Amino acid sequence: MTAGAGRRDDGARPPAGPPTLAADRVSRGADGRLILDGVSLSPRPGSVTGLLGPNGSGKSTLLRLLAGVLAPAAGVVTLDGRPLGDWGRRAVARRVAVVEQHADTLVELTVLDVVRLGRIPHRRAWTPATAADEEAVRTALERTGLTDRADQPWHTLSGGERQRVQIARALAQEPRELLLDEPTNHLDIQHQLGLLNLVAELPVTSVVALHDLNLAAMYCDQVVVLRQGRAVAAGAPGGTLTESLIADVYGVRAAVTRPGPGDRPHIRFLGTVAGD
Amino acid sequence: MTAVPRSPRSRPRRAAAGALRDVAGLGAGLAVLAASVAVAITIGPADIGVGDAWSVVASRLGWGTTELTPIREGIVWELRLPRTLLAAVCGAGLAVCGAVMQSLLRNPLADPFVLGVSSGASTGAVAVVVLGAGGGVLSVSGGAFVGAVGSFALVLLLSHTLGGTTDRVVLSGVAAMQLFSALTSFVVTTAADAETTRGVLFWLLGSLGGAGWTEVGLCLAILALALLVCLGHARTLDAFAFGRDAAAALGVAVARTRRVLLCVTALLTAALVASAGAIGFVGLVLPHAARALVGPGHARLLPVTALAGAVFLVWADTLARTVLDPQEVPVGVVTSLVGVPAFVLVLYRTRRTR
Repeated sequence: MTAGAGRRDDGARPPAGPPTLAADRVSRGADGRLILDGVSLSPRPGSVTGLLGPNGSGKSTLLRLLAGVLAPAAGVVTLDGRPLGDWGRRAVARRVAVVEQHADTLVELTVLDVVRLGRIPHRRAWTPATAADEEAVRTALERTGLTDRADQPWHTLSGGERQRVQIARALAQEPRELLLDEPTNHLDIQHQLGLLNLVAELPVTSVVALHDLNLAAMYCDQVVVLRQGRAVAAGAPGGTLTESLIADVYGVRAAVTRPGPGDRPHIRFLGTVAGD
Repeated sequence: MTAVPRSPRSRPRRAAAGALRDVAGLGAGLAVLAASVAVAITIGPADIGVGDAWSVVASRLGWGTTELTPIREGIVWELRLPRTLLAAVCGAGLAVCGAVMQSLLRNPLADPFVLGVSSGASTGAVAVVVLGAGGGVLSVSGGAFVGAVGSFALVLLLSHTLGGTTDRVVLSGVAAMQLFSALTSFVVTTAADAETTRGVLFWLLGSLGGAGWTEVGLCLAILALALLVCLGHARTLDAFAFGRDAAAALGVAVARTRRVLLCVTALLTAALVASAGAIGFVGLVLPHAARALVGPGHARLLPVTALAGAVFLVWADTLARTVLDPQEVPVGVVTSLVGVPAFVLVLYRTRRTR
């Protein structure tokens, strides 16, 4: 794992077709308050999209709508042009996988047990695992570098290892879309970079909610910035993450520098807007 | 990280061997259960051997004749056999209900009674015995069943009103349990005489003494139904390991699954409690023992839990009716005396993993 390499722009991306998973002006409220207000999102297939914004700006809610776990109050989420609601839960789970920011369980599971959970949407009741199930689990373990740790108990894993196992579980679902909700929270810097490196190299369309703007700048092909449930900016990190936007959305003074032309921006925080 | 990676080629053979081992294990478990029942029938003050017991069963099924006297034949056929079978059915049912509750509510300390079913049953039973509710039409079991279902309905209504999250379901259950326990104590202390109190107390602690073929048949039928439903949801239950959002993201219809499984396990628990009282600890401890044995996957866990619960309660009841012979110890006392140390062990294990 080479940390710090950032997103590779080697042209090996899948061809850019029409977006497979897309949100069209979706809204959702809770307790009479609008959490998400008419947000649209259409990630390019195979790309990494960063969802940015302060706490409570609606990142998690948008991810839950994209996963079909929540239904939008207005607007529509489509998968291959069809509304998610018409697909059925299991069919959606065979296409779209979710990694939460902090997964934990009281059940004593091994790494292999957890990764096998990813096959649930593919399996029918009363039937044993098929060769395809085992193959998908094996591939997911291999891709995440966990093959040798298949029998290790979940409870003995560190935070970074647990997130890696959750990504392996998500890959066992054989998704084409991967949704991650602040997957790097609570991880040390090496695991943060390692995890996002892994996500960036996966041949799937990823949508990642992130707090760290520099990580977003390093790994995302495009970013969508949310504030109070509305999308206030979207585009490539270089053009989007400006000093004025950061001041406006986060209330923070920042210096955005670019080591060279075409390089990804680097953000240095100087203090809050209100005072030093 | 020095473990040897498994060869992918060995996988199908391993899977086939695993399936074979599962079937063999299930067969062995059933054999242990059958042997336990056969031996348990012979234990007691009337001296009856396995061969005698078998001849009674065979003659009743029309495969021959028995040389036992009608009284001793009656002891086998009318008393010990239905009682032992009810013990097996209750043990299996309570253990499975406990396993399902623990997974569904994501709480290792959940048991079949956590949703107030047993407390409601005791209130119903006490209402019939002490207050004469039902006007003589309702039996004690009938009253218990009505009370159990009523209490569960209250919990469902409460938890739905309070938001329907898992912790609200558990808290509603706790509230119902307290409410019905208070009602039971109130009725017993204000209206019952000493003799009735003793009878009620015995029932509250659980007793298989009243077992007849009707109870066995009814409970067995509901157990079979519940087992089928739960096994059909085995994979779905696995998906709950990381919570309801994670389950939903794996394509599980969370609300519907929870409704179906809670209703089925509550129905089974109500039937079991109505027939044998609230036998504690089987539903709490046996699922943990089974998990230690075969791991957390429900497709294997549920059958193993059922078998372990059945064998355990057969022997617990045998102990209960013989240890202080001719006096009988409530079977709930025996299961708790065995269960408390196991319970402490469970707490200890959950402490270690946090």
